[in-house]
Formats: sequence, structure tokens, C-alpha cells
Amino acid sequence: MTAVAETTETPVPTVAPEPAPEAEGEAKPRDILIICYSGELEKTWAAMILATTGAAMGAKVRVFLTFWGLQTFVKDEVRITGDNTMQKMMSFMQRPGISHRKLSKMNFLGMGPWMMRKLAKQYNVASPKELLEIAQAMGVEFMPCQMTMDMFGLTKENMIDGLGEPVGAATVISLLQGGDAPLFI
Amino acid sequence: MSSEQIAQVVDAKGLSCPMPIVKTAQAVKGLASGQLLEVLATDPGSTKDFAAWAKSTGNELVEQTVEGGVYRFVLRKK
Repeated sequence: MTAVAETTETPVPTVAPEPAPEAEGEAKPRDILIICYSGELEKTWAAMILATTGAAMGAKVRVFLTFWGLQTFVKDEVRITGDNTMQKMMSFMQRPGISHRKLSKMNFLGMGPWMMRKLAKQYNVASPKELLEIAQAMGVEFMPCQMTMDMFGLTKENMIDGLGEPVGAATVISLLQGGDAPLFI
Repeated sequence: MSSEQIAQVVDAKGLSCPMPIVKTAQAVKGLASGQLLEVLATDPGSTKDFAAWAKSTGNELVEQTVEGGVYRFVLRKK
């Protein structure tokens, strides 16, 4: 009556299938999803270093740009963004663009970032802007957040070239569910 | 091993993380499978980084030496 006796013929998959064994040194790297949320200089730097390195290590890297992290990807030369007064004031208070990031600590009216940039030059550390250009050349995908675009009144023309189509949180969650390694920066 | 022809040399001396690895990845793209790439770096972190890079990408780290503060890596494209 029951199928118990037939296990030799048709094995019942009671246990989850074993994950594919790692081929020595050739395991396909997981895709990486960087959620670029913060707009500070040091965090932007970290995100760009990890994005370029991930691409260099053969991983597919996507960067979701949201909240303050999206402001970083406005063109450097764009000064004021938004339609209404409040949006314009927001961009006035914190200038958008990757070359205008502030430090979260010790900003001292721009003295901190200036010193960081000077040290970086001295020690041959690539700037966030240089790393961004390299990341784009290496095929890192940048996905702006539609909701943040709307909230800050940002247009496609405000943003740097080469960004993907704006997406929402569902795209992020779907990628995470698919197994992307997440980094929230 | 050393009799084999090095197809390309990447001079990453003086560069900080992540540029030695980034430049290596870019150079490897232009090589054919089996060709050798030599990388010169001065970043002490590169010793571990190149081993990690080779492991992740499947390219082979054929040789690794250090002389006078310059790290030399020979990699074979998979």
C-alpha cells in the first residue's frame, strides 16, 4: 500500500540535495550586491574599493544606490537638484557628486576630506572617483533607487552616465533571495 | 618554469589596495589561456591578496618571490 518498501527503486528525496561540491579553486563566486546607502566620503570609498575588487575577482557586482548613497552619483558639476524649494535646499546643504563627499567625523568644514585626499595621493590610493570609473569599465552594474530619485527630485540628466534603470526594493530583495552576498554600506 | 615566456608585465609598484589586483584582473583579460603574467608590487598586503585572487578566479599562482621590498608574482591564465 505504502511506498516504503520501494525505496530502493525510487529513492524518496527526504533530505535536501547536497550543495554542489566546491571544484578546487574554481568555485563560481557568488554575485555581490552592495547596498550603497551612505553618502560620506569614507563609506563611498569603501563601497568603491569593494566593488572594483569584487569585479577583479571575477564576481558579478551590482551596486544599489539609495538615500544618501544616490546623491554620490549625481554629476560633480551639478550644483542644485530638485523641483521644489525643499529639494533644492537639501542639495544646497549637502552638495551632491562623488568629488564633494564629506567625512562623517572630523569634517571640519572640508579640512578633513582635503587631508584625506592629500594623504591618498601621497600613498597612491585611488580616489573614489577613479575607482568608480574603473568599476564601470569592469562591468559593475549601478542601480539607482527610484523612490530616492523621486523624493530628492533627481532626474536622469542629473545623474552620471552609465547607470542602469532605476529599480525598487523588490529588485534588491529578489537578488538577496537568489543568493547574492550582501554588503550594506 | 622560468624558461617559459612571460607574456605581459604589470608594474603595480607604489600602488595601494585595490589597484594591484584590479590592474592584474584587467591585464589577464587580454591574455590567452595558459599565458603567463608577471606582476610587480610593493604593497605588503598583496602576498595574501594574490593568493586569494588566484583561488577565487581559478588562475594559477605559479611563482611568488620578494626581493628588496618588491613582490613578484607570476600567474598563469586558466
